[in-house]
Amino acid sequence: MKPSSRSGPGARAAAALAAAAVTAVALAGCGSSGSSSTSTSTSTSASAGSAAPSASAAAAFPVTVTAANGAVTIKSRPARIVSLDPTSTEDLYAIGAGPQVVAVDQDSNYPAGVPKTGLSGLTPNIEAIAKYNPSLVVASQNSGGLVSGMTKLGIPVLIEPAVATLDAAYAQIQQVGEATGHAAQAATVVTSMKQQIAADVAKAGTAHKGATYYWELSASPYYSAASSTFIGQVVGLFGLKNIADAASKPADGGYPQLSQEYIVTAKPQIIFLADNEPADGAQSPAVVAKRPGWSGIPAVQNHEIIGLNDDIASRWGPRLPQLVAEIAAAIEQLH
Amino acid sequence: MRKLGALGIAAIFLIAAMLVSALVGAADLNPLDTVAALADKIPFVHLPSGLSPLDRAVLFQIRLPRVVLCALVGGLLAMSGAGYQGVFRNPLVDSGLLGASAGAGLGATLAIVYFGAVGPGAIPPAAFLGSLGGVAVAYLTGAAASRRTGFGDGVATLLLAGIAVGFFFTAVQTLVLQRSAEQDVQTVYNWLLGSLSGATWQQVVSILPYAAVSIVVVLLHGRHLDVLAVGDEEARALGMRPATVRLIVVAACALATASAVAFSGLIGFVGIIVPHVARRLGGPGYRSVLPLSLLGGAGFLVLADTLARTVLSPAELPIGVVTAVVGAPAFVWILRSTQGART
Repeated sequence: MKPSSRSGPGARAAAALAAAAVTAVALAGCGSSGSSSTSTSTSTSASAGSAAPSASAAAAFPVTVTAANGAVTIKSRPARIVSLDPTSTEDLYAIGAGPQVVAVDQDSNYPAGVPKTGLSGLTPNIEAIAKYNPSLVVASQNSGGLVSGMTKLGIPVLIEPAVATLDAAYAQIQQVGEATGHAAQAATVVTSMKQQIAADVAKAGTAHKGATYYWELSASPYYSAASSTFIGQVVGLFGLKNIADAASKPADGGYPQLSQEYIVTAKPQIIFLADNEPADGAQSPAVVAKRPGWSGIPAVQNHEIIGLNDDIASRWGPRLPQLVAEIAAAIEQLH
Repeated sequence: MRKLGALGIAAIFLIAAMLVSALVGAADLNPLDTVAALADKIPFVHLPSGLSPLDRAVLFQIRLPRVVLCALVGGLLAMSGAGYQGVFRNPLVDSGLLGASAGAGLGATLAIVYFGAVGPGAIPPAAFLGSLGGVAVAYLTGAAASRRTGFGDGVATLLLAGIAVGFFFTAVQTLVLQRSAEQDVQTVYNWLLGSLSGATWQQVVSILPYAAVSIVVVLLHGRHLDVLAVGDEEARALGMRPATVRLIVVAACALATASAVAFSGLIGFVGIIVPHVARRLGGPGYRSVLPLSLLGGAGFLVLADTLARTVLSPAELPIGVVTAVVGAPAFVWILRSTQGART
């Protein structure tokens, strides 16, 4: 019943749960069978000259990181990376691991020029992934036996699921950096993200603390994200009040369904649309302003309807400062 | 006399259901002020109401169009269910038969998966056309098959063709969904379960002409269906042309169903149980079953939607779930308690 847009937070929450469950099972299975890794010798000829590892990065391997699927050891700097998740793809490119990436899934669309393929992170096809001869696979969920299948081929998999906090998002970028030989660049990226976000929050000030907002994930039916969710915490940095909080129950995982009557009578001062773009529902600010009965909402009267970049708003990667900047701009417009 | 009484009861039931539905909702409007605001709309009545402009917008732009659309959809589904039952002389038939539901589902799925960029506005026309298309294909194949084989009076062949077309459309829909993104699957799923949460006056206005035409045509054919009930031979002896009557009623019922599902999605159960309740209350004649189904179905769906949007408020239940969960036990109870009253 949850609106799980392919990259939406609703899906992320569900995916995280599913991934955790599957991971637990997979780990239990591994323990009993013993770790008989069939060390397939991976050919690296194709990308030998693409990105020469720096001396310090090369020295860091083998490296062991603790991802959502447990401890993962990467023997040498991965020369051929397959990313099955849009956020992971953005992470990889932001930290300078782009030249090592040989294939990304069908939903990865940023940055421009990523090697997009027909691969799916939701229903992964092990054989299709293996065809790219990867030395590391990064995904956000362990669906379709991804981890166990790749392990059989001796290919390490990092599961980097949807995060619940900003700190977890930073830690994930750092971890991807360590696993790919870009720890230093990852640290730089995280520091820069923190600085940008802090600057925007400081600039917005406290004048509008307590202003109410409605975060729309989908319109038929209406789903929102409460303060407890990752996105709710990001907006919470500005001290805004979320109209969905009162309606959220434990069972909805922070993503309550709201009726129109509830939204209208809650009189939000800002409306954020994460279903703004054609592919995600086409609920642009103009469309929302014309919804019958919505004209009395302060956000509609004051043109405080913000059509977000849906991709940025539903991922937890290096472009988070852009989302924060959009939110800050909306708050500064409040009178 | 009994017929008029039953009609009166059904009309009162509908009005009461609509009033109750207009008074409750997530916005928690003051009931007295709400009644005053509603009464104020009646010509020559002027009542002060304590509702704020925002509350009035909730009442008149969000809640009322939903109540009215619900009544229309429920009435159309129940009436066309009754019409089909008459045409096919079969009590197990409902409004979604003859490929109407499957066609609407396929149409909506195609719109969501392949024309998603057009926006949600593409879904109602696609569902409408799909529903009509489904019935047309079923009717034409059924008619062609019965002509070729000369099997029976064509009624059974038509029903079987409808079932075959339904399965075929559903299979195509499954195939399309299988090949599409998870997000689209979710949208289709929500549509299939049925919801009137996005109802607007514009939607009411756009189905009104189709609703009016189908209601008039179907209600005028009550007597014909009564004659058909005794058999095609007898009907012919009385100077009627069964095939023509069947075509007209099927076409009108298809139009009614298509316009209902266009905005509501698939809502089961209304089209099959309401006509039976109508029969229990007003006797088996279609001259009373048809209008009773229209009024009763309208009231029933308005009540079901009231539950759908209040039980989990401010979240909502899919209305199809409510019609089945509440409707099924209620139906069994009515069957039991009216056993003796059967004519």
